[in-house]
Amino acid sequence: MKTGHDKMAAFRVRGLTKVYGDGDLAVQALRGVDLELYDGEIVVLVGPSGSGKSTFLNILGGLDHPTSGKVFFRDSELTGFDDKGLTGFRRAHVGFVFQFYNLISSLTATENVDLVTEISDHPLTATHALDLVGLGDRADHFPAQLSGGEQQRVAVARAIAKQPDILLCDEPTGALDSETGILVLGAIDRVNRELGTTTVLITHNAAISGMADRVISFADGRVAGIETNGSRLPVQELSW
Amino acid sequence: MSGRGLGLAAIDRKMLRDLWRMRGQAVAIALVAAAGVAMYVMAAGTFASLSATRDAYYDRYRMPDIFAGAVRAPESAAREIALLSGVLRADSRIVGQATLDMVGVDEPVLARLVSWDPSKPENLGRPYLRAGRLIAPGRPDEGMVSENFATAHGLAPGDKLVATINGQRRTIDIVGIVLSPEFVYAIAPGAIMPDNRLYGIIWLARLSLAATYDLQGAFNELAVSVIPDADQREIFAGVDRILAPFGGVSAYGRTDHMSDAFLAAEIDGLEAMGKVVPPIFLAVAAFLVNIVMSRLIQTERERIGLFKAFGYTNRAIGFHYLKLVSVITAAGALLGMAGGSWLGRAVTEIYGEFFSFPFLLFRPNLSTMIIAAGVTLAAGCLGTVSAIRRAVLLPPAEAMIPPTPPRYRQISLPGAIGRMAGFLSNKLSQPTRMIGRQLLRAWGRGAATCVGISLSVAMLVSTMFFFDAIEVLIDTQFQVGQRQDVSVTFVEATRPDALWSLERLPGVMKAEGFRAVPASVSAGRFSRNVSIIGLPAQSQLQRPLDRRLMPIAIPERGILLSAKLGELLGVGVGDTISVEVKLGARPQMELRVTALADDYIGTSAYMDIASLNRAMGHVTLISGANILLDPVDEPMFFQTVRDMPFIAGVQSNSVALAMFRATMAENLFITIFFYIAFAAIIAVGIVYNAARISLSERARELATLRVLGFSRGEVSYILLGELAVLTVIAMPLGCGLGYLFATGIIELYRTDLMRIPLIVNESTYAVSMLIVLIVTALSGLLVRRQIDQLDLVAVLKTRE
Repeated sequence: MKTGHDKMAAFRVRGLTKVYGDGDLAVQALRGVDLELYDGEIVVLVGPSGSGKSTFLNILGGLDHPTSGKVFFRDSELTGFDDKGLTGFRRAHVGFVFQFYNLISSLTATENVDLVTEISDHPLTATHALDLVGLGDRADHFPAQLSGGEQQRVAVARAIAKQPDILLCDEPTGALDSETGILVLGAIDRVNRELGTTTVLITHNAAISGMADRVISFADGRVAGIETNGSRLPVQELSW
Repeated sequence: MSGRGLGLAAIDRKMLRDLWRMRGQAVAIALVAAAGVAMYVMAAGTFASLSATRDAYYDRYRMPDIFAGAVRAPESAAREIALLSGVLRADSRIVGQATLDMVGVDEPVLARLVSWDPSKPENLGRPYLRAGRLIAPGRPDEGMVSENFATAHGLAPGDKLVATINGQRRTIDIVGIVLSPEFVYAIAPGAIMPDNRLYGIIWLARLSLAATYDLQGAFNELAVSVIPDADQREIFAGVDRILAPFGGVSAYGRTDHMSDAFLAAEIDGLEAMGKVVPPIFLAVAAFLVNIVMSRLIQTERERIGLFKAFGYTNRAIGFHYLKLVSVITAAGALLGMAGGSWLGRAVTEIYGEFFSFPFLLFRPNLSTMIIAAGVTLAAGCLGTVSAIRRAVLLPPAEAMIPPTPPRYRQISLPGAIGRMAGFLSNKLSQPTRMIGRQLLRAWGRGAATCVGISLSVAMLVSTMFFFDAIEVLIDTQFQVGQRQDVSVTFVEATRPDALWSLERLPGVMKAEGFRAVPASVSAGRFSRNVSIIGLPAQSQLQRPLDRRLMPIAIPERGILLSAKLGELLGVGVGDTISVEVKLGARPQMELRVTALADDYIGTSAYMDIASLNRAMGHVTLISGANILLDPVDEPMFFQTVRDMPFIAGVQSNSVALAMFRATMAENLFITIFFYIAFAAIIAVGIVYNAARISLSERARELATLRVLGFSRGEVSYILLGELAVLTVIAMPLGCGLGYLFATGIIELYRTDLMRIPLIVNESTYAVSMLIVLIVTALSGLLVRRQIDQLDLVAVLKTRE
C-alpha cells in the first residue's frame, strides 16, 4: 500500500499560470499554482467548471504550454520541452483516459491496447492489461460491440499498458452511470495498487474523492485546498 | 430575422462563415467545376467561332462553290454556264504554273498563277489585301503574292520575282501581299502537305496571262457560285457538258478543293476533339463535384442536428445547405463560363493566326454555357440533397452526435488462406491495421476517392497519348510507308524512259515510277473523288501498309483502298467498286477491292501501274517518280532537277513531314495543351478534397493518437497511408480507364484527312501517374500541415 507524502515527487509545479487570448479578451485559466504530486498516489482534482483543473491536467500531460511558471517531471523541466519533446514525454510516461473513451473504432479491444504497446519500451501485454480491467474475455470485440463502461475500461487498459509513470483521467466516469462508473474506477484503482502508477483524476463528482490519497480543490485558477484522506475507500463502497 | 448586421439572417451569416472556414475545399471544388465547364465552353466556342469565321471569310471574299478546268474555252461557255439553273455567277480565269528563281533555294520553287481582272473586282475569289495594293489596270508586270509564300521568303511590296512562265522568263513586280479563301492552304499538285517555301500563289493581270498563254477571249478555269441548297450534281453535269468540247476536266465542288478540304478537315478535327474530350471531362468534373459535396455535407451532420434542435424545418435546413453548395458550384460554373469564353477567344485567335484568317468572328455559345453550368450545378445539388436527406431524417438528438461507432468486424477466411492471412495480419502494426480496416469498411468512400484519382490519371493519359500517337503516325506515314526521300511529278505523264534520266542525276540511288490519275470511285450511293496511284507490283519505296504495318503487295488486278475510303464507300475486301477516271478517254472500270490499307493520312486508292496503264489506253506512262537520295548529293540533285523542263514539282519527304508537324500536329496540340492543363486542375481539386475530407472525418481519432504519444509523422501515416493505398490502386485503374478513353477518342476522331492510331507509350502512363502522384503528394503535404494543427485539448472534451 502506497500512501502518504514520504514519496518522491513525480511532479513539481511552480508558479504555473495560463492565460488564453490577450488584451481585453484574455482569460486567466491558471493564476499561479504550486504543487507536488507524489509517486504512486491517486490525486483527485475537483472544482467548478473553469476553475483551471483541466488546464492544469493538460499541462501536466504535455498537451499545453503554460504562460509562465515551471513544471518538473522528476528532474526534467517539462516546460522547457518543445513539441517533439512533449510527444516523446507523453509516449514514454503518460497514460490518458478521456471522458468519451476515444477508442479507435476500427481496432478491437486488444488492438486498441496494442496501439500503445507497439510504441512503448516496457509494455504489459495487451492480454495482461485487459485482464487488469477485467475485460480478458472481450479482447476481440470492436468498440461498437462494447458497452460504454466496457469501452472506458478498454481505454484504461490502453492507457496503462505502457506502464506509464502517470495516469491522467479527465472525467473518466462523466459519461457513465454509477454502476458502470464504479467498474471503471475499480480498474483505475487496481492499476494504481498493482503497478504503482501515479494517477490524477478530474471529476465533478464529490463521491469519487473517497478513493483518493489527496483531494485538491481548484477555484478561480488557484489551488483552493488540499485534503489528505487518512485512508482510501475501497471503490466498491463509493456510490452516487 | 431583421436588424442584424449586413441585413443577413443568422443562418446566412453562418453560411458565409462556413464558406470561409472551408475555403480551401470550396476553392478546390469550384476549380474542378470550373475546369469542366471551361473546357466544354472553350471547345464549343472555338469551333463555333472558327466555323463562323471561315464561313464569313468565304462569303465576303467570294469563295467559289464549284471549280472547273478546261484547255481553252471561249468566254461564251462561261456565259452559258452562268445561265444554268442554280448558278449565281460563273467567272472565267486563266491559271498556270511558273518556276521561280529564288536565291538560296536549291529545290525547284513553283507558283500557281491565277488571273485577276482589276476591272472586275466583283469577280469570285477576290484576294484580301494584307499589304501594298491590288494590281492596277494596264500594268502587265504587276503581281500579288500569297502571304504565306511571301513570309517564307521575306517578300514585300516593291520586291521583284523572276519567273519562267510558259517558257518565257519574266520579272514580276510585287505590289501586294494577299490572302485568299481559295488558298488558305496552298498545296502543290501531287503533294499531300502545303509547303510555303516551295509553293506559292501569284495573281497576275488577266490580260497579261492571256497573252502569255495565248488565251485572249478564252479561259482555262471557271469559278462558279451557286444559290444555297442548289443541286450541285446537276450543275456539275451541266458544266461538264458545256466544257467538254473545250477539253474540260470534270467540275468539282469545295469538298474536292484541296485548300477547303484541308481546312475543313482541320476544323472538323477540332470539332471532333471538342465533341469527345470536353463532355467526358465535364461528366467527370460533375461526378466529382457530386461526390465531394455529398461527403462535405456528411461532415456537417452535427450542425444539421443542432439546427433541427433549434426548430428549423427540414426544408429550411436543406435549403440552407443547397445555398451553400450552389454558391460553391455556381462560383465554379461562372468562373468556368467566363474562363471558357475567354479561353475560347484566345484559342480562336491562335487558330485564326494559324489559318491566316483575315478577321475573326467570336461566337461564345450561350446554350453550351448553360448546359455545362446546369450539369455541374445539378450534380453538386444532387450530391447534397441525398446527404442532407440522410441527415435531416434523423431525430435531432441523434444527428447531433456523430454516427455510432462504425461496425467493424474481423473477416475470417477458411483454411490455409485464412491461416496465411492471419499470420500476415499479425505482423501488421495497429496503425497499418487501422488503414486496412478503414479501407475495407468505408470501401464505398475509398472507392469514390479511388475513382476520382483514377479519372484524373485517365484524363491525362487520354490527352497526352496524342503525342505518342502522332509520332507513330509520322513514323508510319513518312518512314515506313513512304521510304522515298523525294518524289517528283512530271509536267505530263511520260514514257518510263524518264526514269533513266532521273537515275543518272546526282545522288539518286533508286527511282521508282508511279502514275497518278484523278478518278471518281463509287459504290452504291456513295462516291468520292480521289487520286488513283499506280505503283509497280514490287514497289519498295511507296508501300501501302496493313494493320500490322506490313507492306501490302499491290494486286495485279483489282484495287487497294485506304481503310477510311473503304469505310466512306461502305465497302470491304472482296466488294466491287466503280471507278471512273477523269482524264484522257475517261475509262470506266469495275474493280474488286483486294485489301484495305491502314494509312493515317488522306484517302488513297492504289492499283498496279501496268493494269492502270492498260485501262488508260495501253500506253505505258508514269506521271512521276519516287526517289531514294544520297543525302550528301541532295543540293546538287535539287539544282539539277530545277532546270529539267519536264519536272513540274519536287516534294521532299522531310519537308512534308515538317509541314505535317507545323500544320495538323500543331493544330491538334494547341487544343490538347489546354486539355492537359484542365486535367491537371481537376486532379488537384479531387485529390486535395479527398485528403481534406478524410482529415475532417478522422480528425478526432488522429488527435487521440497524438495525445497517446504518437508523433506527427506516425499520425500522418494513418491518414496519408490510406490516401497512398487508394492512390496506388487508382494508378493502374486510371491507366486502364485512360486507354479506354483513348480508344473512344480515336474512334470518334477519324476524319478523312487524318486518323490517329491507338498508341499509348509507357512513358505517357508514367508521366500521367507521376503528375497525379505529385499532386497527391502536395495535397498530402497541405493536409499534413493541418494534422500538425490538430487541437489535442479539444479531443479530451468532445464527445463521441
